[in-house]
Amino acid sequence: MIIKRRDFIKMGTIATGSLFLPRLLQGSQLLQQSGNKVLVVLQLSGGNDGLNTVIPVRNDVYYQLRPQIAISRTESLPLNDEVGLNPHLPFLKTLYDAGDLAILNNVGYENPNRSHFRSMDIWQSASQSDQIWDTGWLGRWLDQSMDKHTYDNLAIELDDTLSLALKGAQEKALATQNLARLYNQSRTPYFKAWVEAVQKQHQLDHEKPVDYLYQTLASTTQQVDFLHQNIRKNTQQTSYPRNALGNRLKQIASLICADVSTKVYYVSVGSFDTHNNQNRRQENLFRQINAGLESFVQDLKKQHRFEDTLIFTFSEFGRRVGQNASNGTDHGTANNMFFISGGLKRKGLLNAMPDLQTLNEGDLRHTVDFKQVYATLLDKWLNTPHETILKQAYTSLDFI
Amino acid sequence: MLQELQAEKAHLLRRVGFGVSAEIYPQVMQQDLLALYQEIKENSLQISPPIQVVNLDHLNQLTEAGRASKSFQERNRYHRRCIQQLNKRWLDEMCHSPAQLREKMALFWHGHFACRSNNSYHQQQLLQTIRSKALGRFGDLLKAVSQSAAMLSFLNNQQNRKQHPNENFAREVMELFTLGIGQYTEQDVKEAARAFTGWAFNRKGEFVLREKLHDSGEKTILGVRGNLSGMDVLNILLKQKATARHICTKVYTFFVQETLDQEHLNYLADRFYQSNYDIQDLMDALFTSTWFYDAQHMGALIKSPVELLIGIRRALPMKIQNKNAQIQLQRLLGQWLFYPPNVAGWAGGKSWIDSSSLMLRLRLPKLIQDNASITYKPKQADDVSMGMQEKKKGPAYQIQAEINWKAWTSYFTGLGEDALISALSAALLPKGSQQLDTLKTLKAQEDQTESELIEAYTIGIMSLPEYQLC
Repeated sequence: MIIKRRDFIKMGTIATGSLFLPRLLQGSQLLQQSGNKVLVVLQLSGGNDGLNTVIPVRNDVYYQLRPQIAISRTESLPLNDEVGLNPHLPFLKTLYDAGDLAILNNVGYENPNRSHFRSMDIWQSASQSDQIWDTGWLGRWLDQSMDKHTYDNLAIELDDTLSLALKGAQEKALATQNLARLYNQSRTPYFKAWVEAVQKQHQLDHEKPVDYLYQTLASTTQQVDFLHQNIRKNTQQTSYPRNALGNRLKQIASLICADVSTKVYYVSVGSFDTHNNQNRRQENLFRQINAGLESFVQDLKKQHRFEDTLIFTFSEFGRRVGQNASNGTDHGTANNMFFISGGLKRKGLLNAMPDLQTLNEGDLRHTVDFKQVYATLLDKWLNTPHETILKQAYTSLDFI
Repeated sequence: MLQELQAEKAHLLRRVGFGVSAEIYPQVMQQDLLALYQEIKENSLQISPPIQVVNLDHLNQLTEAGRASKSFQERNRYHRRCIQQLNKRWLDEMCHSPAQLREKMALFWHGHFACRSNNSYHQQQLLQTIRSKALGRFGDLLKAVSQSAAMLSFLNNQQNRKQHPNENFAREVMELFTLGIGQYTEQDVKEAARAFTGWAFNRKGEFVLREKLHDSGEKTILGVRGNLSGMDVLNILLKQKATARHICTKVYTFFVQETLDQEHLNYLADRFYQSNYDIQDLMDALFTSTWFYDAQHMGALIKSPVELLIGIRRALPMKIQNKNAQIQLQRLLGQWLFYPPNVAGWAGGKSWIDSSSLMLRLRLPKLIQDNASITYKPKQADDVSMGMQEKKKGPAYQIQAEINWKAWTSYFTGLGEDALISALSAALLPKGSQQLDTLKTLKAQEDQTESELIEAYTIGIMSLPEYQLC
């Protein structure tokens, strides 16, 4: 039994007449109806090696350029005659077989940048390679979608700091790796007093720094209060791996299953910066991801939310095709993306594998712009036309 | 008496430097506003001693060991450690140096000439360039920064060659360092890039012009034609009034407020241009104007994380045992010195604030007082760790700081409770707070000693959202 929004409102002891809290007077749709879509972003930080993730098991060039680190056909988990999955992602193979996984190859952008922080900014802001934008694509979605009367939470990053992706010009997502801890911190006498005091004020000017601070504090504590109530009412039965990713996915599943207003969840795992001893390091990370996703998907399925949830992965770049001298790989360009959902329209391998014959100075050429993926997600999953958010029109894709 | 510490002086101290300091209260109390500025200005005339942390012999040994994976990692580790030391040493200067204006101005230029480099020696050189030229002529600063190894390598000018021009450096010099966007054409960028071909640095980090790579042919930049060199381009950019305006806009946004007053801005830009870009003169014009002290400017800025941290350290002198906790805080709060988010530097203003950074900012004074642990973790920085995993430092970073409370509380003894609160508010908050009465209701117990009471109210006031304002 999930807590109903109206009940929660009654439980609160909140002053009236404040610009912060009109939702409490108006009773907005804080709880989602089922059928509402949720997006989970899984960021693989550090540049995951796509070629050892989705392996071209019949490609001689792959084996020639990676004498020590190539994964053999027999080791890999076969997706079809040509393609194998990394052996440490068996649950993704299960998803693939069930039609709940789609793989998009060769995703990248023009004039790729090989610096982690710059390329990550390009992916997170959705700018062109030569532009610097100080807002993120999901932040601009927040700017457009946030109900300025209710300030219901729409996006959470499960981390202690907020990524550029989730910073808008006016609105920003909530960031915490542990909701319960943030809840406790927000209940210190100081914060409660400041929030209560400011709730008595009628006029607040978002442009004034002091009002902006109070408003951020008030909406943070309110959102955290509400989310925390829901996460507690909905403790998941499924067991999760006891690591950072497992803990974060568990909280996300609890919130999705509690049908709160949040539509976007953001979580990162890494570092995939495998300049040396790549296979062992990638294996460790894949084991975490595989186990975490297994619990997460089972959890969502049990509560019939898997059809409405889409998980996608990305990395700031792929890695070079040839290995280096330390049994690792250096920074590269195009990469693959995974889409996991019970509601995919197209599944399996969505496009051709990378062309290893025509490399660009040892790097893959991209055939899909990542902004096309964002456009697709905005248009078809978040129901928000992508043109204003991405600042231009892109051809969307058909996997959802 | 501390109540006499006028709002204007506190405003000046927050903007010209890093806020009121427990150590200089008595002087501040006796001086008038302009005399106070004059004193800070004079203290800032002298160039502070350079911060030197890199042992060049050791670095050279590591470099000569070659590119083998192990020595490569060892060298990176050494660079990383040195950059951390630069960071901590510079924080100490910001906190203790009487040259408050110089260090504040250096922090401004550190953001203006945003530069990332994992080479600690290059970073050390660039920091010294910025600190030593912070108040001189902007042209000298621009030229020195443009010829620094750190910036040349950050903006890929080592790859800018006659046969294959790389435009990155030329573009950023125009867009960010001088003219501002929209004041030049793409053709100007192309031509300027040609003029900067061959600008490089040697192994000692010194500027060199590689003649063979330099394109000495004719170029046209902003209407000027000739066989222009890189230095010619910088001089052409300084001739443009747009450069003075761009710099003054950033100075105004950093030192006054984000909403621009066109009349004041025009005045500053004209004066800056006519003085041949005398930075000291520009700052004099700003801090001795009457409008700078208008109530509308007080508390109109949000402190940057470094301003917040140093502000607390100046008000409450403290011995910090684990100085690395300060770096952890910079990363968590989004202003990690020497690692700006991009070539445009830190965006500032409201961009400092989100749910998690605000909660940590508000809790920070109490965390310091309690020697509590920072349980947050910053995101891994892959550019910095270069493929190595960051060492697991246990679950949390404990702040180990011993506050010398006496230095602070001695100024506030003998006041009644209300007078105490208003005296602390005057010293610490730009515009007071409507929440001051609430503080009384939060008082822990009734039987506090006077100094405990002063401590509690100090931390309470520092925990107010208004303390985040500058």
